[in-house]
Amino acid sequence: MKLARDTWLIFQYETGLMLKNPASIAITLIQPITYLLLFTPFLKSVMGVSTYGGAFGVYVPSLFAAMGVFNGMFAGFALLAAIRQGVITRCRVTPLSRVSLLLGRLLQHILLIGFQGIVVVVTAIAFGLRVGLGNFLVALVLLSLIVVMSVSLGYDLALLVPNENALVTLANSLAQPISLLAGVLIPLSVAPLWVRNVALWNPFAWGTNAMRAAFQNHIGDPVVWKASLILTGLAVLTVLLSSRLFGREIA
Amino acid sequence: MTSRHAPVDNDRVLMIRTTGLRKSFHSGRGRRRTTIDAVRGVDLAVKPGEIFGFLGPNGAGKTTTLRIFATLLRPDSGDAVIASTDLRRSPGQVRKQIGFVAQGSGTNDQSTGRRELVLQARMYGVPKSTAIRLADGVITAFQLEEFVDRRISACSGGQRRRLDVALGVIHRPRVLFLDEPTAGLDPPSRARVWQEVRRLRDDGMTVFLTTHYLDEADALCDRISIIDGGLIVAEGTPSELKREISGDVVIVDLAAPDTAGAPEPATILDAAKILADQQCVESCETIGQTLRLYVDSGATAIPQIMRALSGKEIEPGAVETRRPSLDDVFLAKTGRTIGD
Repeated sequence: MKLARDTWLIFQYETGLMLKNPASIAITLIQPITYLLLFTPFLKSVMGVSTYGGAFGVYVPSLFAAMGVFNGMFAGFALLAAIRQGVITRCRVTPLSRVSLLLGRLLQHILLIGFQGIVVVVTAIAFGLRVGLGNFLVALVLLSLIVVMSVSLGYDLALLVPNENALVTLANSLAQPISLLAGVLIPLSVAPLWVRNVALWNPFAWGTNAMRAAFQNHIGDPVVWKASLILTGLAVLTVLLSSRLFGREIA
Repeated sequence: MTSRHAPVDNDRVLMIRTTGLRKSFHSGRGRRRTTIDAVRGVDLAVKPGEIFGFLGPNGAGKTTTLRIFATLLRPDSGDAVIASTDLRRSPGQVRKQIGFVAQGSGTNDQSTGRRELVLQARMYGVPKSTAIRLADGVITAFQLEEFVDRRISACSGGQRRRLDVALGVIHRPRVLFLDEPTAGLDPPSRARVWQEVRRLRDDGMTVFLTTHYLDEADALCDRISIIDGGLIVAEGTPSELKREISGDVVIVDLAAPDTAGAPEPATILDAAKILADQQCVESCETIGQTLRLYVDSGATAIPQIMRALSGKEIEPGAVETRRPSLDDVFLAKTGRTIGD
């Protein structure tokens, strides 16, 4: 009860700050929209998809996965900045539940990525994407699970490597292979067999495949429930792990 | 240098009492593992309603002790009771009774003072309407109206510090911990913070602060304690501590008069040796190119000092005598000046 109340308090505070600065939210849209509009045409010809609607169906899920991964890394930097500014220390000296500092921020990231996801899809629909509302909602839930996982991993990295420069290198060198092996540029279906085998061990790849099934209106595909299960389990695990790290005597 | 403590008066309830507080930090692994004993047995007794100053050179264990009190670090051993609550057994209870203002500000640059104040109050579990009322209360008490709705990054250092202190006391804690509250402030802002700290004390709050400024400790604190190498080396009121250093202090500046030239290191050593041997000199400390001599009476010691120096053909740039200050107490207790 207290945890829920405290988490909501931190979520409200962080969201309030974010909304006070709409430009900072707009900036987070530039990259996904650019990729959406400029990369989809390439994909359309490379993959030999006949319509733009089809090409968006292939690419939007990839874009979602990429947004999920990179938002997570960004969250690690934001946490590090809050630690540097002493905000975290100040909160830890109050009776506030310490885990709520993490969970409240996590909720804020889900809200932000949900918003980004909706903008991307609405834009894609304007250019020809066709997706059922139910299927889109399934994709959004999968995206939320991905962002919970990646934000928690971003927090773990930031807590284990509390040095901005080292963190940039580390986060980048992890995010690149994770996202390539999740098929964020070219779908894994055209990858050689060994790459697909490696990707079987990448939960983000499961997420991309499941979201693609949703966007292509194949919601009954077993990959959807399998991916949901895998992502839910891992999301819970990563949150527990980062809460543990955060609860240690740091900051 | 003996460790002495004010005897603990058992009849009176103390606001902070620690016995044998210890904390070590470990780094590295295997053969390269090193241990730093930051706090090696700290005993403190702070009375309700006093401003207690905690002094010590860098790395003496000041901040570690403060972070233990603020429940940010768990002590390895020893006992601490804050506001009648056992720190090790119920840190959660302690958090409700204390306020803590860290050295760095601890506010979000992009936020406003009011937003931070309301958040701070709500972190203590009060509903939003109460939080807004509490925020209004400290805004008036600390006179923050002028800048409290401004973005914090646009506030001056002094304004931010006043906001920090207001944040630390919004829930009316019984004890307020301040880590270097006036570091880096200009004199008017410093005076302003002192004024606020005294006002809190007069309202009945106990204030425990660390400082680097001995004049601050002298002017602001009711009692002080000096920590060095993780141990308490002195405790008392500023005047008690100064009285322990009997007599006067004579300062001999060896910089040559009328020239920019610094004295030879050998000259400083020579002078220190001769003067330490003088009968009137109780002890002698070298600080850069000046010598600090502790004597019974400055008036009678200066002629002897001058005679001894000219016997070795050393001509000091300046000689002055003064009453002992906290600076001298610090030097006597730690063998260092606080800037070292």
